[in-house]
Amino acid sequence: MKKVIISLIMMFGLISSTSFAGTLVINTDTSDAAPKEAFEYIIKKFEEENPDVTVKWNVFDHEGYKQSIRNFLNTDPPDVANWYAGNRMLPFVRAGLFEDVSDIWKDSGWVDGNLSENMEHAKKSMTIGGKQWGIPYTYYQWGVYYRKDLFTANGISVPKTWDDFVAACATLKAAGITPITIGSKYLWTTAGVFDYLNLRTNGYEFHMDLTLGKVPYTDPKVQAVFDKWDELVKPGYFLENHAALSWQEALTPMVNGEAAMYVMGNFAVAPLKEAGLRDSNLGFFQFPEITPGIPMAEEAPTDTVHIPSKAKNKTDAKRFLIFMSRADVQEEINKILGQLPINKNSSVKKGDPFLKAGLNMLNNAYAMAQFYDRDAPAQMASEGMKGFQEYMSNPDRRQKILERLEKVRQKVYK
Amino acid sequence: MELNNSKAKRITWWQKNQVKISPWIFLAPGLIFFSIYVIAPIFVSIGISFYQWDGLSPSIYVGLQNYIELLDDEYFYISLWNNLKWLIFFMLAVPIGLGLAIFLNQIVFGIRLIKSLFFFPFVISQVVIGLIFTWFYQPNYGVIAPFLNLIGLEGFSILANENTATYGIIFAGLYPQIAYCLILYLTGLNNINPEQIEAGRMDGAKGFHLFWNIVLPQLRHATFLAIVVTVIGALRSFDMVAIMTQGGPYGYSNVLAYYMFEQALSEYGYRMGYGSAIATVLFTIMMFYILFFIYRMYRNEREDNN
Repeated sequence: MKKVIISLIMMFGLISSTSFAGTLVINTDTSDAAPKEAFEYIIKKFEEENPDVTVKWNVFDHEGYKQSIRNFLNTDPPDVANWYAGNRMLPFVRAGLFEDVSDIWKDSGWVDGNLSENMEHAKKSMTIGGKQWGIPYTYYQWGVYYRKDLFTANGISVPKTWDDFVAACATLKAAGITPITIGSKYLWTTAGVFDYLNLRTNGYEFHMDLTLGKVPYTDPKVQAVFDKWDELVKPGYFLENHAALSWQEALTPMVNGEAAMYVMGNFAVAPLKEAGLRDSNLGFFQFPEITPGIPMAEEAPTDTVHIPSKAKNKTDAKRFLIFMSRADVQEEINKILGQLPINKNSSVKKGDPFLKAGLNMLNNAYAMAQFYDRDAPAQMASEGMKGFQEYMSNPDRRQKILERLEKVRQKVYK
Repeated sequence: MELNNSKAKRITWWQKNQVKISPWIFLAPGLIFFSIYVIAPIFVSIGISFYQWDGLSPSIYVGLQNYIELLDDEYFYISLWNNLKWLIFFMLAVPIGLGLAIFLNQIVFGIRLIKSLFFFPFVISQVVIGLIFTWFYQPNYGVIAPFLNLIGLEGFSILANENTATYGIIFAGLYPQIAYCLILYLTGLNNINPEQIEAGRMDGAKGFHLFWNIVLPQLRHATFLAIVVTVIGALRSFDMVAIMTQGGPYGYSNVLAYYMFEQALSEYGYRMGYGSAIATVLFTIMMFYILFFIYRMYRNEREDNN
């Protein structure tokens, strides 16, 4: 009996010590179809190229991952975990839970030459305190997705300036079409609009200063952003009842031809096409210029991989990160994801006009913002987006909302 | 002889204390787990509320700072106010449950089936009910939309309006809660003494009079229980809020339980200390209520014993 118990304990001991040499544990939140397929590809290819490494891959539910990562980084750290760039990784970097991987970024004779050069445009969003904390592997553009047929039917051409944009909204509204659809139940969609209005009104530097807490929310320049926003909100150019709808539910009016535009990320294309829209009636354009002469910065949220600082197999983890940064690997996985590779030497899936437009736009972008909830710290982001939603429902409360956000800012960035 | 003596001594000690000790032995497993999983976390949570802590990095002692911040937090007051609305309107479940129970307490063909249909909402998970009601309330294609159109509220969204969102959620919450009260009252009605009703009838009591003076007093225990579970249900209303609005629009349908979750544990929540402070406030409110409840129970039992 005793022997049985002892051998049982030994067996469990063996099972629970998951990472012995040559095993690479990877945790990801890639529960959706395309990201899952992309990681299946990555892991298969990595194992082929590195026969001495066995990958153990744990897929978490996309939403649940946001909570579980806080636990597993401390208690049961994998060797590689995926996450997001910008301030989103700040809590983990500050708590010392992510490994400094600056050496991969420096030119140290890695497979693909100089990372800093090939991914220069993404380096800044991976840098905290002068060090790099992970490797970016995919991103996608934001902009305005629109119904080409509705534009044609109402004699509207793609707006390049703010005045054109507002005039287009007025024409659509007069024709009984909701100019811009949005679903703000989960708040973040409002931040996309705010980010672009701020990037176009005040420029990238001011936007970064604001999300880094250097500028008060009561600043006249922030007021100017809301003046522009007023021009869309007050005449009712946004979808009614947006606070009750998720971003997916807000796609319906656009599919039905009741709404014409959506300020969104490129991930909206797949569900729109599934619902029946085609390249012939779905289009994309860059968010129009507001203040002439301000260089156009774009919104391009980046997905990343990191090594937890408590990882057991850091050697193979680094090999994996270098592998993930390679041009050919990024090319393949982004073909699966339908997104854009970070590595400049990768090419993009042919025949997708949205990716082509996105790549073109981002390659000429002055700078790239990560998105409000990744650039601003968590607490500021959550209060900010709540405020944006409240503003979009009650534009006359603007002053009160901005004062409240300013109060939060002073607390958050002490 | 000596051996015998000591054995006798040991037995007497056990015999002497057996009655005192054995309840504790039986209670021990429960007590141990109750203190580890219920009592200890209360104190740990109150302790955390004096710290600034993101759940990852080392925590910083800030004294009463979190509570001072609460006093200046608009969303906290909104949540508190909503908790009060829950307390008041959730109580409707008790009289409605009673009414339905009396209606169903008759002997006709198929009443068992009908009764079980009325229990049904109580069996469905809260999450499912929340989801279904969210669809009911959808402004354009929900079942309620045609009725709203009739009274001239075309495209009105109950859950997107800051004034109606909380009521919309409470209404959804009432659906299973009424079924719960109904069950409590139905069992209560089974235990009613028919002789007393007979006697009442003989003395000329009828209708409402009979109900109010003879039936209702006998349902006292069921009423008490129904109120208790409803109050607790109202104070810990979390799942419905999480499913239906996530506290939105812009925090106007938040309740303390969900606000705590949002601050400490949600996607953007890294404020364990602040969340714990909210939890402590909610705990204090519940404590008042629980103490009152225990006091009532104690008094009732004494009355019954006398």
